[in-house]
Amino acid sequence: MQIESLYQEIILDHYRNPHHRGLREPFDAEVHHVNPTCGDEVTLRVTLKDVGGDPVVTDVSYDTLGCSISQASASVMADLVIGKPVSEAMRISQEFLELMQSKGTAQPDEDVLEDAVAFAGVSKYPARIKCALLGWMAWKDATGQALETTTGQAS
Amino acid sequence: MTLDVGTVRKDFPILDRKVRGGRPLIYLDSANTSQKPRQVIDAISGFYERHNANIHRATHELGEEATEAYEGARIKVAGFVGAHDESEIVFTKNVSEAINLVAYSMGNASAAGGPERFRLGPGDEIVVTEMEHHSNLVPWQLLCQRTGATLRWFGVTADGRLDLSNVDDLITERTKLVSLVHQSNVLGTFNPVRLIADKAHAVGALVLADAAQSVPHIPVSVPDLGADFLGFTGHKLCGPTGIGVLWARRQLLDEMPPFLGGGEMIETVWMDRTTFAAPPHKFEAGTMPIAEAAGLSAAIDYLNETGRDAIARHEEELLTDALGQLGEIKGLRILGPAEAVDRGTAISFEVDGVHPHDVSQVLDELGIAVRAGHHCAWPLHRALGVQASTRASFYLYNTHEEVAALAAGIRQAQQFFGVA
Repeated sequence: MQIESLYQEIILDHYRNPHHRGLREPFDAEVHHVNPTCGDEVTLRVTLKDVGGDPVVTDVSYDTLGCSISQASASVMADLVIGKPVSEAMRISQEFLELMQSKGTAQPDEDVLEDAVAFAGVSKYPARIKCALLGWMAWKDATGQALETTTGQAS
Repeated sequence: MTLDVGTVRKDFPILDRKVRGGRPLIYLDSANTSQKPRQVIDAISGFYERHNANIHRATHELGEEATEAYEGARIKVAGFVGAHDESEIVFTKNVSEAINLVAYSMGNASAAGGPERFRLGPGDEIVVTEMEHHSNLVPWQLLCQRTGATLRWFGVTADGRLDLSNVDDLITERTKLVSLVHQSNVLGTFNPVRLIADKAHAVGALVLADAAQSVPHIPVSVPDLGADFLGFTGHKLCGPTGIGVLWARRQLLDEMPPFLGGGEMIETVWMDRTTFAAPPHKFEAGTMPIAEAAGLSAAIDYLNETGRDAIARHEEELLTDALGQLGEIKGLRILGPAEAVDRGTAISFEVDGVHPHDVSQVLDELGIAVRAGHHCAWPLHRALGVQASTRASFYLYNTHEEVAALAAGIRQAQQFFGVA
């Protein structure tokens, strides 16, 4: 079935065994995002550490209600951004967004996106792109808010 | 008259389509929008090819023909729902606009000292139900915010019926309007509009019925239903998108202030004031969906010629079959009435361990089109303790083979996600 290009084994693995799931303390910012078309929800917390200059993402914790794509995507996203400087995590986020907007034409860079390359097939299904982006958008929003509180910078 | 589904299907060109790499289309999303028969498609292209002109104002032969097509559609619609005459039929772009028309007219009456029965303020109440589509909820929330009136609602029982236990507490002398869905787009439930309308009228309140999901499937007669306003839309009854209908009792349309201002809704205009055209034109500002009206007229002809009772019987057989086949699937829960009693052909369900988006994705891969999500009825899903659901909905062109394909597809989704 063609559907296996959408539901890659990596995605199903993350869906069944999500990484970094659950809401943890302490945190610098918490956001709640919904997908208004299907009602999927994510509550997501970000913790940053100011190391002088570029803060580092020390934790991302989350609680999701949603489909396999949105849950797996949140899990992969947490793997990718935890431990990275915010600027690098934002670049990865941008690269993932471009992959999602590629309508199945992009060649994802596995060195940058790691497990997230498995979502390339999602970009061929317009109705599912929002599912894949739900956690990422929540992370970006929470990180922007956390930057304002921890470093006083505008995001 | 009995319905020969093979003959019906030949009228719908899209049903020959292959999807997802060559699979025959199994279209089970008619509650979302119905497919269109050749007769409707031809009526629309025929209008543009031979009769296209603006209506009412063009002083030439094409203008006369276009006006005839548009006003002829109004007469057709009036007969379709048993209106007293065609002046009770207002064309809108959809049901949402029909409902907003009433809500904004009441808001205008409230702001500008209009007739008392349309005026709202603090202490007045509007009553809806928890099973409304957002289009019959949000306009009333907004109207209450503008006027200080209070919004109240009927709850829903666990088996997906309207909870009428507190009807006499909800419908009181404070009630100005009761607005309720005739048939739920999620649960399929038919609501007792007549019973509620009688109670509402006893306290002097008006009643609006959202008939988007009922009119396409069963004969609806406005005198029998008992509401004061009825909204429905063309695209769910084999007609085009872009045209909806508000039926209202003529006396109400006479008294109500206009909603949208503009061309064609006026009688006389000065720089500082305007008098308005008689209904229904008072509520039809600007160039209306003319070709769409011709298409809607053809759709009504199509349903009438196919036989409205025959369509209803065919759908009831499909419904009974589908409720039976889905009911046998382990881990599947049907939201709403599990038996084909006072119930239409929209069937929403949950599958244990598989999100609705994932169910619908596997079905789509098999060529089966359904809808997944909250179906624009988020509060209803919340009330039922469900985040989202998958909905299959049937119409006159669906077959028992398609019901069986749906059941097999759901089982395949369960296998794919390892829950069966």
